[in-house]
Amino acid sequence: MGNSTKQTLAAIGTGMKRALPIVLGYVPIGFAYGVLAGKGGLSEANTLLMSLIVFAGSAQFIAVGLFAAGTGPAAIILTTFVVNLRHMLMAASLSPHLAGWKKRHLAFFSFELTDETFALHSLKAASLGECRLEALSLNVTAQVSWVVGTVLGIVASGLIGDIKPMGLDYALAAMFIALLVGQCENRVRVVTAIFSGGIATLLYLAGWHQFHIIAATVAGATFGLGVEHWTKD
Amino acid sequence: MAVVTYLPRLLPTLFLSGRNLRPIIIAWLRLVPPAVLAAMLAPSLLVREGHVDLGTDNLFFWAALIAFPVAWKSKSLFATVVVGMGLVSLGRFFGVGL
Repeated sequence: MGNSTKQTLAAIGTGMKRALPIVLGYVPIGFAYGVLAGKGGLSEANTLLMSLIVFAGSAQFIAVGLFAAGTGPAAIILTTFVVNLRHMLMAASLSPHLAGWKKRHLAFFSFELTDETFALHSLKAASLGECRLEALSLNVTAQVSWVVGTVLGIVASGLIGDIKPMGLDYALAAMFIALLVGQCENRVRVVTAIFSGGIATLLYLAGWHQFHIIAATVAGATFGLGVEHWTKD
Repeated sequence: MAVVTYLPRLLPTLFLSGRNLRPIIIAWLRLVPPAVLAAMLAPSLLVREGHVDLGTDNLFFWAALIAFPVAWKSKSLFATVVVGMGLVSLGRFFGVGL
């Protein structure tokens, strides 16, 4: 085995290892998604296809909820678009570190950019330039575990009468809690989160049921930036 | 749905990769993840049927009060999800909440 082959395998292995915490989270959440989709009346093929070609946990949960409520395709697509807009900001924040990547690698990397993979990549953002293979391996491992969870959920969906006794409808909220805590490493970020959460709740109460997320995000990040500058002086 | 998921993830990396953004923009972008996660989470924990409900019926809120410290201590997505779902499940088993 040549030296470069060894390095390649080592990079893939490191990526897979780094993805482990995501795998542990994605299998049960993917499972919950598979079960909820089945209960919501989505066909097995479509449920699986979403995990393969959409690969967006919250958007998939929300789509299943809307589908079950009889919402039309246009409204589902618009809603998932709004929910996904946050990835635009996440992708933008990683992009300065992706210099030197080929377009096709960027295309593949972006396809598997989720809240969770983003969180891991942003911890090692500075070295993304040199660790392309490791980053891609991390992403692929994450998606495989998401698909595996989905398949298990689809299979179990027929066997489970009601999801509520298992608390499966809490999977998404619990996932967000874990991700949010991981993001709150200093006081400014905690303040940002509280402010954004407060604004989102107020807007939601005021009847904004889709755009409250993006509006509160922009308001929260801007407010946090202000606090950061104000506390520096 | 695949398209509206992919485009927001793709376009910034394709057009911004390697560019030097102004420091203030970078500082703002760094605050986006906590802001967006909190914005998605807060209403789902606090609001029930159009108003803020922190009563015992709102299991999601009470489970979160425990899930937050668990996430903080364990730093584990898996532990947080299992504890969170477990608490909601237990609560319902004992007839608390909806």
